[in-house]
Amino acid sequence: MLSVQTDRSLTEEERLLQATARDFAEREVAPGAVERDETEQFDRRLFDRLGRLGLTGAPIPEADGGAGFSYLGWTLAMEEIARADMAVAVTLSVHLLSQLPVVQWGTAEQKERWLPAMLAGEALGAFALTEPSAGSDAAAIRTRAERRADGDYRLDGTKIWISNAPDAERYLVFATLDPSAGRAGITAFLVEKGTPGFRFGRKERKMGIRACPASELIFEEAVVPAANRLGEEGGGYRIALSALGEGRISIAAACTGIAQAALERAAAYVQQRQAFGGPLSEQEGVRFMVAEMAREVAAARALTRAAASARDRGEPLAEVSSLAKWTASDAAMRVATDAVQLFGAQGYSRESGLERLMRDAKGAQIYEGSNQIHRLIVADAVLRRTGSAGSA
Amino acid sequence: MRIVVLLKPVPDTTGQERLGPDLRVDRAAVPAVINPNDEYALEAALRLMEARGGDAAITLLTMGPPAAPETMRKGLAMGAHRGLLVTDPALGGACSLSTARVLAAALGSLEFDLVLAGVDTSDGRGGVVAAAIASLCGLPYLSYAGQVELTDTAVRVRRLSPRGYDLLEAPLPAMVVVTQTVGEPRYPSLKGIMAARSKEIVTRSLADLGLAADGVGGAAATTRVLESRPPASRAATRVVRGPAPEAAEAVVAFLAERRVI
Repeated sequence: MLSVQTDRSLTEEERLLQATARDFAEREVAPGAVERDETEQFDRRLFDRLGRLGLTGAPIPEADGGAGFSYLGWTLAMEEIARADMAVAVTLSVHLLSQLPVVQWGTAEQKERWLPAMLAGEALGAFALTEPSAGSDAAAIRTRAERRADGDYRLDGTKIWISNAPDAERYLVFATLDPSAGRAGITAFLVEKGTPGFRFGRKERKMGIRACPASELIFEEAVVPAANRLGEEGGGYRIALSALGEGRISIAAACTGIAQAALERAAAYVQQRQAFGGPLSEQEGVRFMVAEMAREVAAARALTRAAASARDRGEPLAEVSSLAKWTASDAAMRVATDAVQLFGAQGYSRESGLERLMRDAKGAQIYEGSNQIHRLIVADAVLRRTGSAGSA
Repeated sequence: MRIVVLLKPVPDTTGQERLGPDLRVDRAAVPAVINPNDEYALEAALRLMEARGGDAAITLLTMGPPAAPETMRKGLAMGAHRGLLVTDPALGGACSLSTARVLAAALGSLEFDLVLAGVDTSDGRGGVVAAAIASLCGLPYLSYAGQVELTDTAVRVRRLSPRGYDLLEAPLPAMVVVTQTVGEPRYPSLKGIMAARSKEIVTRSLADLGLAADGVGGAAATTRVLESRPPASRAATRVVRGPAPEAAEAVVAFLAERRVI
């Protein structure tokens, strides 16, 4: 395992952030993880404490009220939180996903009105894009935004699988001014809980990340002031894509945390568990499994950090963030599955907290762009870069 | 109010300690952390500062290797204002008395009203350095403080005792050794971590403090490590599992069988 102090590729403040996140995760996040999963309870008090620590705004620039960490620093924190509880990491990731577009596209007035409470962890954020017939095909959303005579907008439609809802107070909602216009009609809005005409539908009953709620949002003639439109009319698709590119890196980091947790627990267990006159770790088949798990973790971490560093340098993210998220979520699923296998019946027990890693990892292969979509994004980038020159 | 907190980098006890050829901990091979009890002393300092509405300057005083600033940085991230590190190649292998002499000399170069220290360190476990410094500096020494209060001219502590606590008061400047009952150390906030980057850690050598290397360093050590061996492994542990009433019966029977009860 990489020691916190010896990773010299990180800056001193990144190492201290990593150590602090690890310390907090081990002492404050891990102990309640199994119970929160069982009871499907979002723990508001824990989120408050993450806010006081400053994790709710870690990579937001200092000028906008955040801590001003690099995105690489953010991924270090995400890995540590997810190593303790993926559901808390996803809540944080979504919270950030709903803030970063405001940082990038918000007016000074919008930033002032929207960000401080979110940075402090007093208001929880959510990112509302997905609809019943628009998942990975985000351009197909049908939630309508109509401009009224007074300049405000009227929202009508239904969003599903919106993480952090209904607990979140602040929603970044994507709606279309013209369903026939495809991407060009999509516009982003800042919507507060309590807005008349905005209510919650059913809460999803999930396989994993159960302590991070997800719910339907229903808009029925909900009036959103013109001052709450983020960016230009028709600028929403670009905002969503950019946010998702960053969000995928966050999820990749969290998946690395799941895989790391599974590897650590399995490596300790096979040395302690005796069978046929010795520890399991003396069996070559078991040793091969441990090595393969370590390889998956290392690859996931390396790609995640490469993607985060690309973001810090302001480079295009589509391909590298897809590679990171696809690799890390597959790694989390495989390593968690192998860890359960090595633990045997103990791993299959819900009390061990190990099968939870499998259930939590599975979701990450599906959300923030299914891993099939990421194959398409990567293929598209590779083929476009190569052109037909390669065949000559 | 000027508060100095004694802070020692110690090997992270959650890792695998390794001994060097001199039978001392190989500090280069093991990640360093703030001595846990020193974090309580810093927490006490931060709470005293907050009780005064922020009217206090907190200095971390460390004797340690050249890499010590990385460990001290966490203390600055928690809220201390600056650091003073005494580091010198001659200090390797220094004994508790030498450490006290060096830190007393360093204190002499600072202006302060109160010095806070932890009960002992997780590597040395001597628990004598703070008392020795107080003696060398002629400071009132208030030990095992469970609670600390400050006025502008005096410090008052509740010293834990087997029967409860004693109320002690001393004029400033004074040395106070705090226990873990002063309150759990805070996590450094992310903004605190960023702010710590620009806080100053001043480094001083023995010569800077007017000390001769042959008087306080490893060469002048009053103690030597003669032998080192791992503790004997404990006998096999028996764990009793089951519903509380039956488990309790099993434990009672086990103890009765050995005439412990």
